Amino acid sequence: MSALAVTTVELSRWQFAITIIYHFLFVPITIGMGLFVAGLQTAWYVTKQERYQRLTVFFGKILLINVALGVVTGIVQEFQFGMNWATYSRYVGDVFGAPLAIEGLVAFFLESVFIGLWIFGAGRLSARVHLATIWAVALGSILSAYFILAANSWMQHPVGYRINPATGRAEMTSLWAILTQGNLLEAFAHVIAAAIVTAGALALAVSAYHLMKKNEVELFAHAARISLVVLFVGAVSVVTWGHFLGQLVASEQPMKMAAAEAVFKNEKPASLSLFAVGPLEKYPSKTTLNITVPHLLSFLTDWHWNSEVKGVNDLQRDYQKKYGAGNYKPIIAVNYWSFRLMAGIGFLFMAWSLLGLWLARKRRLERSRLFLRLSIPLLALPFIANTFGWILREVGRQPWVVEGLLKTSNAFSRSVSVGAVAFTLVGFVLVYTLLAAIETWLVIYVVKGGPAPPAGEGAQPKRIELGY
Amino acid sequence: MGGTFLSLQGFWFVVIGVLWTGYLVLEGFDFGVGMLMRLIGRNDAERKTVIGTIEPVWDGNEVWLIVAGGATFAAFPSWYATLFSGYYIVFFLILIALIFRGVAIEYRAKRSEQRWRSAWELAIVIGSVVPAFLWGLTFANIIHGVPIDSHGEFSGGLLDLFGGYAILAGFASLALFAFYGAVFLTLRTTGEVRRRAKVFAIRLVVPAVALVLASFVWSAADSGGIDGKWIAAAVLAGIAAVFLTLSLGLVFSDRDGAAFAATALAICSTVAAFFVALYPSVLVSSSNPAFSLTVFSTSSSHHTLAVMAVVALIFTPIVLAYQTWTYWVFRARLRGDSLPSSELLRGPDGRPTA
Repeated sequence: MSALAVTTVELSRWQFAITIIYHFLFVPITIGMGLFVAGLQTAWYVTKQERYQRLTVFFGKILLINVALGVVTGIVQEFQFGMNWATYSRYVGDVFGAPLAIEGLVAFFLESVFIGLWIFGAGRLSARVHLATIWAVALGSILSAYFILAANSWMQHPVGYRINPATGRAEMTSLWAILTQGNLLEAFAHVIAAAIVTAGALALAVSAYHLMKKNEVELFAHAARISLVVLFVGAVSVVTWGHFLGQLVASEQPMKMAAAEAVFKNEKPASLSLFAVGPLEKYPSKTTLNITVPHLLSFLTDWHWNSEVKGVNDLQRDYQKKYGAGNYKPIIAVNYWSFRLMAGIGFLFMAWSLLGLWLARKRRLERSRLFLRLSIPLLALPFIANTFGWILREVGRQPWVVEGLLKTSNAFSRSVSVGAVAFTLVGFVLVYTLLAAIETWLVIYVVKGGPAPPAGEGAQPKRIELGY
Repeated sequence: MGGTFLSLQGFWFVVIGVLWTGYLVLEGFDFGVGMLMRLIGRNDAERKTVIGTIEPVWDGNEVWLIVAGGATFAAFPSWYATLFSGYYIVFFLILIALIFRGVAIEYRAKRSEQRWRSAWELAIVIGSVVPAFLWGLTFANIIHGVPIDSHGEFSGGLLDLFGGYAILAGFASLALFAFYGAVFLTLRTTGEVRRRAKVFAIRLVVPAVALVLASFVWSAADSGGIDGKWIAAAVLAGIAAVFLTLSLGLVFSDRDGAAFAATALAICSTVAAFFVALYPSVLVSSSNPAFSLTVFSTSSSHHTLAVMAVVALIFTPIVLAYQTWTYWVFRARLRGDSLPSSELLRGPDGRPTA
């Protein structure tokens, strides 16, 4: 490959990574907050208590600011396959295009049409139908995640396809297999749980801010308790499903897990690494320091204390035999530390939500200033965990773009020049940075503004008014 | 490779045509409203009314683009790949414009400062003008041809996409959508805003008809041979011109609903003329007609086309049903002086800001 082609691939990869990480800052808020707000509105519909109406509108506004950016940055992702990865698109479009098209038709329409009805429809729809619209939005965003993950899972573990000997392209043989494979189902549960953690942490941080300010203490103490339950349920689910997904990945993509666990030689039994340091290279073949717990990795991998876990170096040898000369290792340190960061944050939120629930039970939550103060910066953590979870999944698959079928280095657009990719990369970074700054500032502004004041005595029963 | 129109490839070509029609019929008036926003809305309240006509629906309208793109990817991967990589910078500009426009529609009302609102209004105007122009340019290039080599890869440069013909078509779609937006506003508003929208509709109809017909004639003249499909396309283009003229009469006589329907049908006919003239090609090569991509050379396997046809036939009617219902819910006209009561946004000081 020419140096120019190598640079085109590198820049295209950076562009995809940056735009998709950015997109996925908003996706979990849309999914998690969508469910959260739908839950609040349901509580209002059932109990008719004004506090639920006020919380629905308040958190609904935060949701909407994020939905706007989530939607527009999502279009970029769909276009980018064709724009930057034309060879990939030609090679796998027959299989990969299907879940993307279904996502648009079945999920994205649902979300986008009903969000307009939810925002502006309060005065025109009955309370029951209006409640249904927010659930349709939540359902749309969840289905959207499902179909996008179906496409992504196929890149991790291709199923339901054959290679057409005449064209050399992948062709779909079973949509059902693509839409029901284990990798998809477990990744889906894991991602939805991560979105719930994100929403819980966001609602907790916002509530903690107002409790610190002694603003609407009763309302936000209630919101904080709801957030803690959401956070706890989310954290337990995300860790549980993460574990099952990890076991599956260990069998489907052993190289990814070997790198994530810093296992270099086949081990039987395998020890779990707690802290490892290796030579400072992208693709080392050993660790220089490794603190481990014996047998634990074997157990975590398949519930057996003495099972074998394959190592990076042995897998590299196997793959060279199977696929020919070349490097088949992902960047080891990125896998190893992404995994630990993500999992660590999951466990931390389990503990943190338990602590908060205990404080709430002792009726001390509103006065626990240290807990409240720390809950605000902790909001950064779910975003870090979401990002590094995806880095582990995507960087861990390298050098493949479709595991075992197509290498990333071959998947790029040959008709797009290095200069054009550099231009759009800079363009996206500038635009996205500007919008992130505005969005953050706007969210902080709405959060600080707090909910609308309660209706006075004898006032009209309120609606969920989000239009402006 | 060849084949017959009565095939899954033919079916999917029609589906792609329908999806693009849906997109342009729906987002077409969003573009027009966006472009004319500051011309028809002279003060903040009027601009709020103008934007209010598309606020509840623009997001769902834009999904037609996502689905058109996704369906092209699934049904004609090589068409999708060559088009999106070949028109790289053009699509990048469309994306950036759509990003700013979408965010601007949502964020404009969040603060009341004049600078904040003006900045987002500018984003709405530019974010509507740029894609309206570039979609015209893109479709013109698809049918008029750009350099495509024997591997089916785009082999030209950026300037190959900005020929005189393509630029003319860009202005044609710009004028058409501006007219369409003005007609839409006469239907959806009352009072001063509606009166001004009517004036714009009357002014814009002649440039719209002239530019659309000029693009068509240029396209037909360059196509190297008038055959049956070009005659069919000419009939459709003629129908479009008739509908546009008809809608002008309807605007004059204040039959706003009929005028809107006539304009929408004109856009349907224009898009139909394009796809009829294009078939069986999907991207014309100006390097060598033999290198043109066709529905048969770019399509997915029979199995994929069949499975996806079932999915499309089940879900498209459902989507159409609930999207139509949305328009029914928001059918009431908006007035410049009576705005829906809203939850007030409050600043950090607790005072209302909007």
